Amino acid sequence: MPIFIDRRLNPKDKSLGNRQRFLRRAREELKRSIRDRIRSGRIAEVDREHAVPMPQKDTSEPAFNDARDSGRRQHILPGNRTFSPGDLIPKPGESGDAGGSSPWNKPSEDDFRFVLSREEVLDLFFEDLELPDLVKLNLKQILSFKSKRAGFAATGSPTNINVGRTMRNSHGRRIALGRPKQAELDAIFEQLAMLESEPPSATARERIPALREELERLERRRRRIAYVDPVDIRFNRFDPRPLPNASAVMFCLMDVSGSMGEREKDLAKRFFVLLHLFLTRRYERTEIVFIRHTHEAQEVDEHTFFYHTQSGGTIVSTALAEMHRIIEQRYPAAEWNIYAAQASDGDNFATDSERCIKLLDGKLMRLCQYFAYVEIIDERESHIFGSTDNGTSLWRAYSAVEQKWPNFQMRRIAAPADIYPVFRQLFARQPALRKMA
Amino acid sequence: MIRQANKSGLLFSGSDWDFKKLSRVYDEIEALAIEELRLDTYPVQMEIISSEQMLDAYSSVGMPLMYRHWSFGKHFLYNELLYRKGGRGLAYELVINSNPCIVYLMEENTMALQALVTAHAALGHNHFFKNNHLFRQWTDAGGILSYLDFAKGYIARCEEQHGLAAVEAILDSAHALMGQGVFRYHRPPKLSSERQREGLRERLEYEERSYNDLWRTLPPSQEADKAEAKGVAERKKALNLPEENLLYFLEKNSLVLEPWQREIIRIVRAVAQYFYPQRQTQVMNEGCATFVHYTLMNMLFDRGRIGEGAMLEILRNHSNVIFQPAFDDPRFSGINPYALGLDMMQDIQRIATVPTAEDRDWFPDIAGRGDWREILLDAWANHRDESFIRQYLSPALIRKWRLFVLADGADEPHFEVSSIHNERGYDKIRSALANSYDVGANRPDIQVIDVDLLGDRQLRLQHRVKDGIVLDEGSRDSTLRHVRSLWGYEVSLVAVDAQTGTMIHERSTSQIAE
Repeated sequence: MPIFIDRRLNPKDKSLGNRQRFLRRAREELKRSIRDRIRSGRIAEVDREHAVPMPQKDTSEPAFNDARDSGRRQHILPGNRTFSPGDLIPKPGESGDAGGSSPWNKPSEDDFRFVLSREEVLDLFFEDLELPDLVKLNLKQILSFKSKRAGFAATGSPTNINVGRTMRNSHGRRIALGRPKQAELDAIFEQLAMLESEPPSATARERIPALREELERLERRRRRIAYVDPVDIRFNRFDPRPLPNASAVMFCLMDVSGSMGEREKDLAKRFFVLLHLFLTRRYERTEIVFIRHTHEAQEVDEHTFFYHTQSGGTIVSTALAEMHRIIEQRYPAAEWNIYAAQASDGDNFATDSERCIKLLDGKLMRLCQYFAYVEIIDERESHIFGSTDNGTSLWRAYSAVEQKWPNFQMRRIAAPADIYPVFRQLFARQPALRKMA
Repeated sequence: MIRQANKSGLLFSGSDWDFKKLSRVYDEIEALAIEELRLDTYPVQMEIISSEQMLDAYSSVGMPLMYRHWSFGKHFLYNELLYRKGGRGLAYELVINSNPCIVYLMEENTMALQALVTAHAALGHNHFFKNNHLFRQWTDAGGILSYLDFAKGYIARCEEQHGLAAVEAILDSAHALMGQGVFRYHRPPKLSSERQREGLRERLEYEERSYNDLWRTLPPSQEADKAEAKGVAERKKALNLPEENLLYFLEKNSLVLEPWQREIIRIVRAVAQYFYPQRQTQVMNEGCATFVHYTLMNMLFDRGRIGEGAMLEILRNHSNVIFQPAFDDPRFSGINPYALGLDMMQDIQRIATVPTAEDRDWFPDIAGRGDWREILLDAWANHRDESFIRQYLSPALIRKWRLFVLADGADEPHFEVSSIHNERGYDKIRSALANSYDVGANRPDIQVIDVDLLGDRQLRLQHRVKDGIVLDEGSRDSTLRHVRSLWGYEVSLVAVDAQTGTMIHERSTSQIAE
């Protein structure tokens, strides 16, 4: 008779630790492969599982192996039909037309892809990115609390009873006070029943009352020592922990006017999708406000922002004014960290650009922690402008702002492939900036 | 249902299994195995696992306990992918050479399959592990699980103490040399018991604590002067050179390793050594298990203990396992050890009972002896693949398999058929096949030949090149880097032709860019 052990209920994922070690090892390679893929594919696809090829670098396991293309060997094979000794067989060429008939072209371990979960993808994708200066404001002013488990208490509400702890206490107390067990009572009952069923004898007459008395005593004792006594009961205790105030709001401003063609809108949207994903991934408590503008600006919801079309002229300052209005109304700068990202093709009236500078310089930059401007330009233009300050009217105007405010950043995007690098530049961890704050 | 089964004399009916049935089947099969095949086994511990747990076991080299390392994660992902895609089924069972012998059974198996697997693993493999001389001498079935438990805990503690990266670096380097980390010619020292290991570690820790730099400043004694004068020969003798076990040499003599790093190398070495007999006895081990299950299942069927439906299922699985496509079949991927092992053992049975004139010629000592059980028990106990094939591969079997030998020179455009299944070829095929199973001879032969500890401390390795087969350059260089990181100073590898002794080339770590 062998020993049987049912292991099916054992904890699964015994090799999770190994998987994590492997992913950490292959991190750089995996990051690169995910970024390449997302650069070429659709941005919205970031948010799901990915199959990635097995990384080569850093994950090979070298050993001293024989080189396949050297020396003299003998192969012993089964199934000879037509060969005689001395026959010459041409070797399978490089084209690999051997058709798997030979032992030397087995599929290697390197050809396979494996699946990363959504969380793993996003972790790799957004590594090293952060909103600059998230915790600027009045840390001391504690606004919210969160309950956290903190041991046990003797008092509390019934919903918080800790059954395990309570029963352990009760068990200990029962042992200590010697509460008679049900088994003892059962044994006496059994004896009584046996004696009563037998024909009466002298010993029985003597034993029965003694047993009844013993039974009585045990039952009394059981009544006196409760199975679960109020002193046994323990409750889970919760401690309120203060949460630091790090509420943040992100303003997404986008030009949807007629001058923005399909290509420009698409690029801008991709940028914001990435931003949206990044924010929702990294910061649970970040609010996002979407503002789109033509010659007038309006606050819209996420879906409208990304998927609805509208056309009209271009007055950029309306969006900034709307943003200012919303800040005044809902997000007092004393309590909120305020960030903004703006995308536009840079077309604007020269006079309105002046107004934009005034708005930013006079009000918004004082309120904002960080303002990122992304200009969508033609691919041909990207050759001309390169990194010069020369450019559209809005770009020239904003250059002045950039000079003055260290927390203002601007970049140009010409092709889908630029989006991710620009995004990284804008939101890379900036140790210098953080220290300044 | 059960009563019905009993009435009809069947051990089980239907495809569902439960522990009662498993136990009844095991008892019956064990009794039969002892009585009919005279098997001698370790006590058995059967563990029921799910497919995910089987994948877990796969990726930790089949052991129930293993330390953590990224390479196991990589293999897990690889196996998982193959399995999920349906590219490869999972094994029905996994058996561990331990005492008690642990057998994993998959929960998905039907009852018929569980019976087959019980005979195959719990009796066939188990008998082989307990009786084959390689396993008896080179592995410690009673100690392996507690040793792995110690290893896992020790490496986890090292990770806590010295950081994941430091431990990973040592394990990477040690794994790269696993193939050169076994004693091939003399028996390895026994795995020390828990208490001895504890004492050893305490001693190491004491040395760490009581290290005093002052000792270094003492003037060298006269004996040391003499030792210096002894010359190269004496130096080699002192270090026990040449040494084939690179990991052992590095563990004992490396100049840069900390005590905990040496202990980790020891662990890797112990694991490599533990698996060394398995690699040498694939054909025999699987052949033995397959022969046992096939014989026992047929006996049970003949006695009316297994129903026809179950037997059909068993036979179907059996024939899948021993399927051997010909060399030009797209499914061909080398010689199937199950098929070769089973065929050879059945052939021995045939030679012992109904020999032909040819058999009498080739196997005068066993032909017609009748007691095939005794012959097989003897073969299982005393042979490994290489010697088993050299001894027992018969011309009849070579003809049945239509084996032929293909000579393959790297610099020639053609393969040449050098032997086929004819009178002139039998001997050559037999010895070529036996050679191809000689694990020791087929590994690159790399040894430590010299090191001048008082000079430049360069570690000199020698690769004896057989038949012109040199090392693959890419993996050679990265492996040499690993040797260097364990040794701490430059390492050079000289390739020398084994026959003529001429030097082919030399490679030093100073030539390899980091």
